[in-house]
Amino acid sequence: MTAPAPVIHVEGLSKSFQGKLAVDHVSLEIDQGDIFGFLGPNGSGKTTTIRLLCGLLTPDEGTGTCLGHDLLREAYQIKRQVGYMTQRFSFYEDLTIRENLDFVARIYGMTQRQDVVDAAIDRLNLTDRQHQLAGTLSGGWKQRLALTACTLHQPRLLLLDEPTAGVDPQARRDFWDQIHHLAADGITVLVSTHYMDEAERCSRLGYIASGRLLADGTPQSLVAESELSTWAIDGTDIHRLGDTLKSVPAAQQIVPFGTRLYVSGTDTAALKSTMDAIARKPGFQVHPVSPRLEDIFTRLMQRQEDTQ
Amino acid sequence: MNRWFSLDRLWAMVRKEFIQMRRDRLTFAMMVGIPVLQLTLFGFAINSDPRHLPMAILDADQSTYTRTIVAALRHTRYFDLTHHARNEAQASALLAQGDVQFVLSIPADFTRRLLRGERPSLLLQADATDPAATSNALAVLSRLEQQALTQDLRGPLANLRGTAPPFEFTVHRRYNPEGITQFNIVPGLMGVILTMTMIVMTGLAVTREHERGTMENLLAMPVSPIEVMVGKIVPYIFVGYIQVAVILVAARWVFDVPMLGSFGLLLAGTLLFIVANLTVGITFSSLANNQTQAMQMSFFFFLPSILLSGFMFPFRGMPGWAQYAGEVLPLTHFLRFIRGLMLKGNEFSQLWPHLWPLLMFTGAILLLGLLRYRRTLD
Repeated sequence: MTAPAPVIHVEGLSKSFQGKLAVDHVSLEIDQGDIFGFLGPNGSGKTTTIRLLCGLLTPDEGTGTCLGHDLLREAYQIKRQVGYMTQRFSFYEDLTIRENLDFVARIYGMTQRQDVVDAAIDRLNLTDRQHQLAGTLSGGWKQRLALTACTLHQPRLLLLDEPTAGVDPQARRDFWDQIHHLAADGITVLVSTHYMDEAERCSRLGYIASGRLLADGTPQSLVAESELSTWAIDGTDIHRLGDTLKSVPAAQQIVPFGTRLYVSGTDTAALKSTMDAIARKPGFQVHPVSPRLEDIFTRLMQRQEDTQ
Repeated sequence: MNRWFSLDRLWAMVRKEFIQMRRDRLTFAMMVGIPVLQLTLFGFAINSDPRHLPMAILDADQSTYTRTIVAALRHTRYFDLTHHARNEAQASALLAQGDVQFVLSIPADFTRRLLRGERPSLLLQADATDPAATSNALAVLSRLEQQALTQDLRGPLANLRGTAPPFEFTVHRRYNPEGITQFNIVPGLMGVILTMTMIVMTGLAVTREHERGTMENLLAMPVSPIEVMVGKIVPYIFVGYIQVAVILVAARWVFDVPMLGSFGLLLAGTLLFIVANLTVGITFSSLANNQTQAMQMSFFFFLPSILLSGFMFPFRGMPGWAQYAGEVLPLTHFLRFIRGLMLKGNEFSQLWPHLWPLLMFTGAILLLGLLRYRRTLD
């Protein structure tokens, strides 16, 4: 028995705007049921890559398939089976919640439209407010409406572009619970985010910077494959310690975190002797930890800048 | 569902546009406000055959004959005697300041020379800065020369009457015998108002989606360009018909414009014209990058439409190149259609030559719009 074909399979995807390379030969393979977290700084090419995947942009170079359909020639078939949630709320603010959902249901030619829309409004818990204009909703509600609208036609692939930007923690948590439910139903999800706690909830991660995909793997494999060693120092006066550590070349990243200081570097031996020295001082507890995703991505960024 | 066209998807677009239109107060205001405003401006305010123009007289003679001539001028209703100038300088000043449109100078020896049969001249100076304002008034002068003094030149003076010309023209002013400006303006105004509102409203339709960011969503959905464009056009056909209704009501009951042709034919021909303009608007909208650009394009189209179509100025008075340019514009053909239908009672066979250009125009512009419609965000 052969493994099911990947939901997204692209090779060497490139796109430039006015001579500036936004996406630089990105290759990706995402399997069914994956929650693929797409990380990277602002302007690194996340949105452009997502737009290339759902046919909103035509790639300059590269080939690939999305849900088994050719990216260049079968945009229509892809659009029918993909749900795309834009970074900015892009449903109609001058239409009510119900009218927006009804519009989407009509565009996808759904049978039993009334029932589908009723059920969606019920799931949203917005039955009382269904005749309210979408423009009057708060950010969190807009985001929930958008997710409901772009999953209404039961897509096989969800592309979510920074869906939780500017949304409060409780709403973010609810949102991620929903994503896990969708993935459990076999829907593949590609989600871009800035939040590390969200990255940790993904089954796979990709890190993109300056249009190049620098890392791709499960959170565990990214940690395992990183050449980074990290120590955590607990103590009362960690800020002054942090300042003194800045002169140590082996301590490449120094991140204070409440009463804890994370120190990471690639030169494990040199860093270890520094840490041992600190451990001998009174008032500090030093212990090795596994590198955090944030440290790994920062490292990837630094290496990228060094090679340029 | 069909990939290229589905009635369900089209209806989804139409419904959405209707709802959005209903919530947009400005569209509603434009729908009725523009016809009312334009009808008031053009229907009541503008008159290409002005009468009662102020005239100053410098009468150095003051005889029965000169008084008869002045009275005859006033009876034409084109001339109102408003000033009596004392001298040449004062008369010139009045004309220069624009207090009067005409100055009539009667020389001191007018009557004496008239009675001697010397055919003396009267000087009528006209402020001809606006030729249209004075041309009709001046046109009546030749008739006046013939007839003004007929009554006064009796008995021994009868031989001073002009001999009858060997032949004369009999002029019939058909379709608008009294030359009422409104008969020409009001039906034409229907075309002007539709051109303006239809293009501006739809011109904003696609750019609005781009500016509000909703286009990204729309493009990610399986809706085809023709569905988006037609879906955005259909609701405005109703807006167009509401405007037509407003104008027709005003034409019938306010301006007493005759309606000699078939009402059904008027509705059908108007539909072609409305659709032609909507296609222009929607195409501008897909060419423009933002709403400002769409507005600029609309005005760029509107101006020649008004100037070259025969609405403002007689079409046949334009040089050849301008006539060719005018022939491209839908308004030109619609004006011929609507005037022919309402004022002349033309039949379909007579109106068809004005209708097929509208169809051709619509087809060409729709094709351009579809080709330029951006299916992606590239």
